Amino acid sequence: MSASVPTTRLQATADAFLTRFAGIKASLPGDKSLRERAAATVRSKGLPGPREEAWRYTQLRPLTDVTFETPLHADVDAQALLGRLPEIAAPHLVFVDGRFRADLSTASSMVRTGAPSFGSGARPDFDPMVALNTMLAEDGVAISVPHDVDGGTIVLASLATGQNGRAIAFHPRHSVNLADGAKLTLIEIGLGDGVYFHNPVVTVSVAHGASLTHLRLQTESEQAFVLSTVYADVASDGTYDSFQLATGGRLARAEIHATLSGPNAIAHLNAAQLLAGSQHADFTTIVSHDAPNCASRQTVKTVLTGKSRGVFQGKIEVARAAQKTDGYQMNQALLLSPDAEMDSKPQLEIYADDVKCSHGATVGELDAEQLFYLRSRGVPEAEARAMLVRAFLDEALEAITHEAGRAAMETAIAHWWDRQA
Amino acid sequence: MLEIKGLEASIGDKQILRGIDLVVPSGEVHAVMGPNGAGKSTLGYVLSGRAGYEATAGLATFNGADLLDIEPEERAALGLFLAFQYPVELPGVGNANFLRTALNALRRARGEAEMDAPGFLKLARAEMKRLSMPDDMLKRNVNVGFSGGEKKRNEVLQMAILRPKLAILDETDSGLDIDALRIVADGVNALRGPDFSALVITHYQRLLEYIVPDRVHVLVSGRIIRSGGPELALELEANGYAGMVADAA
Ligand SMILES: Nc1ncnc2c1ncn2[C@@H]1O[C@H](COP(=O)(O)OP(=O)(O)OP(=O)(O)O)[C@@H](O)[C@H]1O
Ligand SMILES: [Mg+2]
Repeated sequence: MSASVPTTRLQATADAFLTRFAGIKASLPGDKSLRERAAATVRSKGLPGPREEAWRYTQLRPLTDVTFETPLHADVDAQALLGRLPEIAAPHLVFVDGRFRADLSTASSMVRTGAPSFGSGARPDFDPMVALNTMLAEDGVAISVPHDVDGGTIVLASLATGQNGRAIAFHPRHSVNLADGAKLTLIEIGLGDGVYFHNPVVTVSVAHGASLTHLRLQTESEQAFVLSTVYADVASDGTYDSFQLATGGRLARAEIHATLSGPNAIAHLNAAQLLAGSQHADFTTIVSHDAPNCASRQTVKTVLTGKSRGVFQGKIEVARAAQKTDGYQMNQALLLSPDAEMDSKPQLEIYADDVKCSHGATVGELDAEQLFYLRSRGVPEAEARAMLVRAFLDEALEAITHEAGRAAMETAIAHWWDRQA
Repeated sequence: MLEIKGLEASIGDKQILRGIDLVVPSGEVHAVMGPNGAGKSTLGYVLSGRAGYEATAGLATFNGADLLDIEPEERAALGLFLAFQYPVELPGVGNANFLRTALNALRRARGEAEMDAPGFLKLARAEMKRLSMPDDMLKRNVNVGFSGGEKKRNEVLQMAILRPKLAILDETDSGLDIDALRIVADGVNALRGPDFSALVITHYQRLLEYIVPDRVHVLVSGRIIRSGGPELALELEANGYAGMVADAA
């Protein structure tokens, strides 16, 4: 017998992706050797399993239940999905089933479309999902905001049709580059129907004095696998201000690597996860303080109902040179059901001696006294609970200053809550 | 009219109320006084439906409706309001949003139209002015970082806006400065009328100089051991509870 029997199901799934790569690699755009190196990583490391420390709480086993097929791109009707996008008056870059759709998008001088944009900073050798993305990325955008320009707001939307029951995987690859003193608000929205695997990678580069607000609204199909990775580099006096709301996905993970590489750089990695049923969502951050006088802030709130499971892993690395680092991390979970579970793993690795780093984690239930106080004022129980859940999220949401972005988040939270009732 | 007959209540296994009989006719204000731990707050909680405070015997009706069988919000819709001895902090809930949500919930329950934001703000500002509360208290989170006295005033503000038919004020005077006491008393007196009644729980006769009660009840160890006119409060002030408990025994 010549073909070897896969030892694990994860390996079988990785092999299927490798087979797909072999089939399409001749037509894939961009640097061939980059693809081959990524494929070599996928071949040697496979998909991350439970023995891998960074993936201990999030297991990809459910991904192996699905056979991903070749996407059909003709005749996909995205009108209904478009209607589900929040109204945000800004240029839209719309992807349907992983493919850029110029007909649904707004042209912009700051945006280059037509091919994946690999950027720099992501680590295909190190990060298995980035390796998979680098190997198979077929499309993406490059957003560049020139020196001292305020690029306003851009919406980057991923719509997944579900392809009439055909499970597909797509691995878009985007880059965002802000030159010195540039500004941008990027609102990334993911939504869809049915079973699919969305594995986007975004590399972000914020140059000196530039400022990117990165709002992410992950309201994907509850049957979807959504594993996203962001690598952000923030130079001196730059700001990377990110917030993600996740309500979707059967299995979801958002991983953000933020490196503060110049003095006085700032990173905010705030998030809210709202989970129900048997959903699993993971928010993983790795903040590297490489330069002095930088500040990072993370406020992460997870609300869990049903048998859902939430994960937060937050690592703050402070290099020897990064004196006067100010790092803050707060991770709180609200369990609305006895069967829900939250895993949390804060990690501080500090090699400088003059730093201020704090982290805290709490897991709790709705406060009975607060609930009674509201009800005693006439607020019906369901509404009182909704108010307290929204109040729980407040610290993570209050940092969002972009009005339309914030309104979209509020709407998604309200919809989520309505679905629980 | 509030009617309480033979009301017994427990917290867990511990019996706190041991047979309360009390009638507060519409239009009247009654005071309840009694030593620490007598069960005064418990009475307020049982009437307003707090979980864990279980009525085990007796009944309580308001204008004929059985209070004990319905949810706290339904009691509020009937016109019941409890000013908490220890008002609860609600981080993340703005005071204006809280008040408007409560007001509109009550209006909905009564089949009235909801009040819009501008209308509500006008109402709230007027009431706050009467209570000498600064406008920024509307923007702050409910009771978060409020001083003891500010929390009590915020309870009275809620009462003024929600306009209950039956108010239970649980030591709303405790922790208030002299001016605030007067303002709060004015707030209660402003609501007095044929359709309003109140149960004022207090340790101090002074409040009763401002809110003159129709009756005073003395609650000791889960029972009302004496009732009388306003002069009863003066007698307590002079002699304390000890003598009265001995007489009742
Ligand atoms: N959760 C609880 N578990 C057990 N006992 C309780 C609980 N709450 C109250 N009690 C007890 O019930 C009794 C009555 O308490 P309550 O608060 O009603 O007294 P009160 O008359 O309001 O006193 P104060 O004047 O000090 O406010 C007290 O002995 C108190 O310790
Ligand atoms: Mg009390």
